[in-house]
Amino acid sequence: MYERWPHTVKKRIAWAASTFGLGILLLAIVLTDTRSVNAAPLPIAGVRALPAFARKYGMPCSSCHEVWPKLSPFGQSFKDNGYQMMNDRDAPIFQQPAYWPVTFRITPIWHRESTNKIAVDNPAGPVGNQLEAQVTTHGFDWTGLDFHTAGTLAKNISFYVLPSSDNTGAFHFESVWARFDNLLGSSWLNVKVGKFELDNLLSEKRILTLSTNGGLYQNYHFQPIGENTGIFRFGLGDNQDGVEVMGHSKDDRTRYSVSLLSSNDGQPGLPSSRGYNTFVTASRAFQAGSFGVQRVGAFGYFGQAPTYFQYNQTAVTVVGQDINGNNVTSTATNPVLGTGVGNKGFYRVGFIGMWYVKKLDVTTMYFHGWDNAFLGTGTAANTALPAGAQAPTWNGGLFETHYTLNPQLILINRYELIRMSRQPLASNPGNLSNIDSLVFGYRYYPFISSRAGFAFHNEYALVRQRGSAPLTGTDLTSSSLLIGFDFAF
Amino acid sequence: MRKTNMKSMRLFFAAVMVLSVPALVSAQQMESHIGKHTGHADAGKQLYYRYCWGCHGFRGDGNGENWLPTGSFLEPYLNIQPRNFAAGTFKCRSTPTGTLPTDQDLNNSITRGFVMSAMPSWITLTDQNRADLVAFIKTFSPRWKSEKAGEPISVPAEPKLTADSIKHGQELFQKLECWKCHGPEGRGDGPSASTLTDSNDQPIRPYNFAVGSRFKCGVSNQDLYKIFMTGVDGTPMPSFADVVKPDEAWDLVHFLRTLQVTHKSPELTLWESTKEGAEQVASRRVGGTPTGSGIR
Repeated sequence: MYERWPHTVKKRIAWAASTFGLGILLLAIVLTDTRSVNAAPLPIAGVRALPAFARKYGMPCSSCHEVWPKLSPFGQSFKDNGYQMMNDRDAPIFQQPAYWPVTFRITPIWHRESTNKIAVDNPAGPVGNQLEAQVTTHGFDWTGLDFHTAGTLAKNISFYVLPSSDNTGAFHFESVWARFDNLLGSSWLNVKVGKFELDNLLSEKRILTLSTNGGLYQNYHFQPIGENTGIFRFGLGDNQDGVEVMGHSKDDRTRYSVSLLSSNDGQPGLPSSRGYNTFVTASRAFQAGSFGVQRVGAFGYFGQAPTYFQYNQTAVTVVGQDINGNNVTSTATNPVLGTGVGNKGFYRVGFIGMWYVKKLDVTTMYFHGWDNAFLGTGTAANTALPAGAQAPTWNGGLFETHYTLNPQLILINRYELIRMSRQPLASNPGNLSNIDSLVFGYRYYPFISSRAGFAFHNEYALVRQRGSAPLTGTDLTSSSLLIGFDFAF
Repeated sequence: MRKTNMKSMRLFFAAVMVLSVPALVSAQQMESHIGKHTGHADAGKQLYYRYCWGCHGFRGDGNGENWLPTGSFLEPYLNIQPRNFAAGTFKCRSTPTGTLPTDQDLNNSITRGFVMSAMPSWITLTDQNRADLVAFIKTFSPRWKSEKAGEPISVPAEPKLTADSIKHGQELFQKLECWKCHGPEGRGDGPSASTLTDSNDQPIRPYNFAVGSRFKCGVSNQDLYKIFMTGVDGTPMPSFADVVKPDEAWDLVHFLRTLQVTHKSPELTLWESTKEGAEQVASRRVGGTPTGSGIR
């Protein structure tokens, strides 16, 4: 039915954009290097866009999403109300008994991945001699699969469960939470417990880019080179375990949230420590004449993370027998999970602005990070810091623009940069770990309905990290080209 | 003769085309005026085809893809057929029955939403967005080209709340036979309830006062006053403006509030403080039911 909407010009633009994308694809195929390696895994998006809600409420995707999965102010309000329209028909009792609040999403794709410097064995040299080589691969593939199930258990009690797989089919739980909404009859008091996405104003789970290099916000996951990510791994974009108190005005223009989180970066089973972190955010939207609703906000994540494990377990396993029949054993020392100690602090703070000029919107973000010197150098707190160790700090920026021609076509562009302002070791080059990231692409939705979602997706992403080449310590550059059918039902 | 007919035909078609141009232009130039905002149909069209068409349809006739009439092979997604803007009949107005609503009335409906229906509140849209939507909605019905919106009824100041006022309102509830549709306890289960249909020939259930505190057309006592003084056009709920005096209407408002037994209002508190009222409210409250279904 939607095709009846007269927008010939827009269709022409959509056709031109599609042709352009296909052109890029063909060019990539022609120019591509044919040496094959295992591609880096695609990011497990876990993105939110639920036709199950569209089916429940009989509303088109475009009501809640400027383009899915990016929320419109109405969609944000729906989410903040606990997936409720607040018209007293949200409880399951008003649904047909056959209604099952499940959506799946997956994206069959063709993609090309290229990295300019990978450590490889030197074919002409002795065993163990390595050199750096550019490695490129391409082919047909698919992303992980998300099963979103969300909605209300009763009036003002909502839930979200998201089993999500990588593209091998290995599942994990991306989200598991229940929420009490509108406590004391007020929209200012909502309490959520479980594993959930932080109340980021710029949601990585609703990111409009999907490729290996473009499907994440670099600022949200950045850790300086030299940190021990085996025990301290953190990403502001990662879903976290904890409790969140959140509130908003009736028109959703003013929002706040405070979270108390386990210091495990959302991993199940309390694997690292018994520490707790805090995340706070607040934002305010205002109307700027005919331009639309503008929003500004700030966030801060204040955490602590262990630097070593209090206990280890040495396991001796028999791996075979020698020629005399004696057992050959292997000894491995593993940490006892959950005994991480020697906690040291870190924080991430930032400011975000979302600026709308009719169909053009620009998101700007300033980001600042600080890690304790022990975390920055990957040093256990019960040992001495290496010479020249200092707490690393860095600043980041994001500039993302969207041009939404109509609910069916959006052009996307994003540039991110990260600049170290203090290295974890004074002897490091000043620009070590610096990142520049550029992504551009478009999504075209050939139809919009209240039953399912489908997007033709094309993007190109380029990431350069200073001093990160594995052998020479020179700049490392990776790129992704992705074209695919992104669909949800 | 044939030549004359051809000439007449050409003149006729030329006249139709010339006359239709202003009509088409005016459809696109339809405006709304809400406070300091002037809504434009062109801008509203973009918003309508983003947010509204799924229920109200491409032609604004209430036949969006989510509406399937009761009795069709598939169960309806919507329990009430979305408003048919082409008919130019609107439920929630401040204007007398049979007249067009004001722009502000339409804006209020969009902002507030309709409780117990699939129409949510669109308060998250900007004031300008809603004004634009109102302007575009007015392009669907030819009534907006030939008629002006009705004059809003005057709502006199609310008199002091007394037990006598509530008691008189209860007598009016009986006398006007409100109970026939709304039921003796206001639960929307009167003897006529099952037979009611709306202007689309779809079954319609009278308002159930026992659930919640909001009405279809508002939340305040003034809103309730307007509902039965203007009627709810397109439904069996008539206007009582000709049979109820303003002070009597306020008595009725006060009594109807006491039927909202799950909503703590001054009227309910006062009524419960009387012996007669306490007995009535206690009998209306359903106790000992399991909780958690979403319906109190």
